[in-house]
Amino acid sequence: MAYLLTINGQSHEVDVEGDMPLLWVVRDHLNLTGTKFGCGLAQCGACTVHVDGVATRTCVLSVADSVGKNITTIEGLQSQQAMAVQQAWVELQVPQCGYCQSGQVMSATALLEQNSNPTDADIDAAMSGNICRCGTYPRIKAGIKMAAVQFENAAGAA
Amino acid sequence: MNIRRFLKTEINGPVDNSRRSFLKITAGSTAGLMLGVSFTASSASAQSAATDAAMEMNAFVSISPDNVVKVLIKHLEMGQGVYTGLATCVAEELDAEWGQVVCEHAPADTAKYANLLMGQQGTGGSTAMANSFMQMRRAGAAARAMLVSAAAAQWQVPAGEITVREGVVSHGNRSATFGELAVAAAQQPAPDVTSLTLKTPDAFRLIGRDNTLRKDVGKHNGTAIYTQDVQLPGMLTAVVAHSPRFGGKVKSFDASAALARKGVQHVFEIDTGVAVLATDYWTATKGRELLTIEWDDSAAETRSSSDILLQYRELVDTVGVVAESHGNADATLSRASDVEELVFEYPYLAHAQMEPMNCVAQVNGDAAEMWYGCQSATGDQAAIARLLGTGTENVKINTVFAGGGFGRRANPASDYVLEAVRIARQLQGTPVKLVWSREDDMQAGYYRPAYVHKLAASLDSNGKPAAIQIRIAGQSIMAGTSMAAMMISNGIDNTSVEGLTEFSYEVPERQVELHSPVNGIPVQWWRSVGHTHTAFSKEVFIDALARKAGADPVEYRLELLKNNPRETAVLKLAAEKAGWGTKVLPAGWGRGVAVHTSFGSTVAEIVDVSVQGNTFKVERVVAAIDCGIAVNPNIVRAQVESAIAYGLSAALADEVTLTDGNVDQTNFHTYRVLRMNAMPEVETHIVPSTNAPSGVGEPGTPPIAPAVANALAAITGRAFTRLPLKLA
Repeated sequence: MAYLLTINGQSHEVDVEGDMPLLWVVRDHLNLTGTKFGCGLAQCGACTVHVDGVATRTCVLSVADSVGKNITTIEGLQSQQAMAVQQAWVELQVPQCGYCQSGQVMSATALLEQNSNPTDADIDAAMSGNICRCGTYPRIKAGIKMAAVQFENAAGAA
Repeated sequence: MNIRRFLKTEINGPVDNSRRSFLKITAGSTAGLMLGVSFTASSASAQSAATDAAMEMNAFVSISPDNVVKVLIKHLEMGQGVYTGLATCVAEELDAEWGQVVCEHAPADTAKYANLLMGQQGTGGSTAMANSFMQMRRAGAAARAMLVSAAAAQWQVPAGEITVREGVVSHGNRSATFGELAVAAAQQPAPDVTSLTLKTPDAFRLIGRDNTLRKDVGKHNGTAIYTQDVQLPGMLTAVVAHSPRFGGKVKSFDASAALARKGVQHVFEIDTGVAVLATDYWTATKGRELLTIEWDDSAAETRSSSDILLQYRELVDTVGVVAESHGNADATLSRASDVEELVFEYPYLAHAQMEPMNCVAQVNGDAAEMWYGCQSATGDQAAIARLLGTGTENVKINTVFAGGGFGRRANPASDYVLEAVRIARQLQGTPVKLVWSREDDMQAGYYRPAYVHKLAASLDSNGKPAAIQIRIAGQSIMAGTSMAAMMISNGIDNTSVEGLTEFSYEVPERQVELHSPVNGIPVQWWRSVGHTHTAFSKEVFIDALARKAGADPVEYRLELLKNNPRETAVLKLAAEKAGWGTKVLPAGWGRGVAVHTSFGSTVAEIVDVSVQGNTFKVERVVAAIDCGIAVNPNIVRAQVESAIAYGLSAALADEVTLTDGNVDQTNFHTYRVLRMNAMPEVETHIVPSTNAPSGVGEPGTPPIAPAVANALAAITGRAFTRLPLKLA
């Protein structure tokens, strides 16, 4: 069946089964491979994208339920918060193997878009659904704080 | 792997004899390989006059006319920083401008790209920097010499008067970029590597600094390519239904429902189960759900892990094969009136790297081309060639980033690689991406083996251990692999005992015995291999002896490390930075310590733990590491943080159990790995050193679990002897 999706501001029509998770639509049918597969059960967060601005696990979100939503994948990130997060990730050399980091960046960006000055507890709450087996957690936390400061400075200067 | 003895200081000058003798016993070593410099450029490439192509200076370095220095990385980048680290060594001696350096994985080619500590191309044992440090520097120095020769010829000046700095070759008021000289330099004869003069450490400009690759590899924006992201024209995705029990075989299967699912293209049996292929992963897994398979369990492992551990507990009460013996520990212990004895128990562990196992293969007749995060190039290439009845020259391996490894991707049986090839050869010419689900990854092995240890010691009148007897029971990792001949001697697999043999604390009489029972559970190395369990027993036991002697755990260790200046220095540094004995803890908190040497490096960790009821939280870890020269201190710190997180995950919750041969854990809700909310603050201190670099990826893992256990012991007064740790 055909589904019309809005991803990164563009319309895509895909002909797949309605129970196919959005993850496999973007990866295997639209070739947007920045969004990763880690568990298939919404346990690890590697597949996180923004659905109407909310960090969402796409491995359990069906294509049928994605219709009519504003979907942003790592390839389509544009907000100032996203740029600040990615800059901090490079600055602090957060990624190691890097496989989970698309999901980490998506969750961190969604957090900062809703809370420009998160506490440690806010960060733990927002980020504990994203597993990193390389254990980059301290740098992720530091990266979010650095991005928050940079974003605040940028916003103040504007 | 015990590589310590191969890691003698080597900063500049010739390769030392110990390494030479190690290489002598490994197959295929040549004089060039021993020096690590069989990197002659291929003549076709060197003589090519193309102006836009990269000019190959040697097997590791090419320079393109647009002034980019490309370094081929012979090791797998799976998070440990080999791209940056190895490129730093090349750029240092090449005197390149750091920003002009880019990296790419080298192809599978044992003659050029062997790991000099393994004698085969592969990444593991925390050897990437240790074996590459001199080789990469020589590769850089050789390329530099060719650039200088080219400039000398062009300018008609003596080579000795030419200087090179940050990517610019100069003489008087003449200068040229590397790019401008690349074509001419590639035509210069490769220099005799023994004639190359390398920098002394005081002249290092890049080594020892926190360099980061200027051309980012795209791990922050989703553009880095992993196996999972490889897309090829006409590619199909394969999933495999494996036997629920290890050793089970397909008796019969019905594929009609699966084949009726829209998009499912092929279903067939392979050695390891039933393969289902579709144009995308989701459709393949839906097809797999529709299979009906009858399994033949006549040769399958049907025991529970509790049965296996019970057998091990019985084994450690019996005499094992002697791995090491000093004095007569048995006799001394039997005469002692008071013997401290602890029995330790360790579960099977999954690697649970973030990218589930996967591999892309395309087979055309007797030729295969592969795309995956290849950790064991020589082994995999040989295994594929054997399977296809062809030569290794017909097996091309393209290495991409790996989403974590922790040991899993270097499988001695090339299990997942051969599974992909077995499927692809049924579909000649079609590229096939084999993808394991998380459940496949967790349930199909391979695991860190389960172990039981028994340690017994008597104390002398000063409270110091007089004799210690250690018995270990657990599967051999090396048995049955191609490395068995090298790693198992006199019935002792060194990876089962490393860390308890060559006991770092001074104990006059010691005996280490080993039982290596065989069962059907597939096992493999896991970040820090034998040290994952031996360090725990050693450090928890020493703490128990300190308590028995009424001594401070750090003071007690230092007393027993009097003849071990390196562990002494690292332990003292960690203790000082953590405020051991000076920084007061809040009520209900405990502080624990552990120190251990593995992969040539020593790490001490001191942890603060808070307890609330039956739960506890690790609040802070202070680590100190001596890893020789820290080529990139920031990466060293990152690896210590990572190694701590990985080990802490196992200390707190990781455990694979089996019930009647079926693995109980399926995904991250039942294999509960460390998440951000349980991650402590980590502070890492690096001991300044001019010794050759030693391991960094693994040595931070062994001390964390015993340090946490010892912190809990400080609160409760009792030893914690089972992992994962539970307060009640």
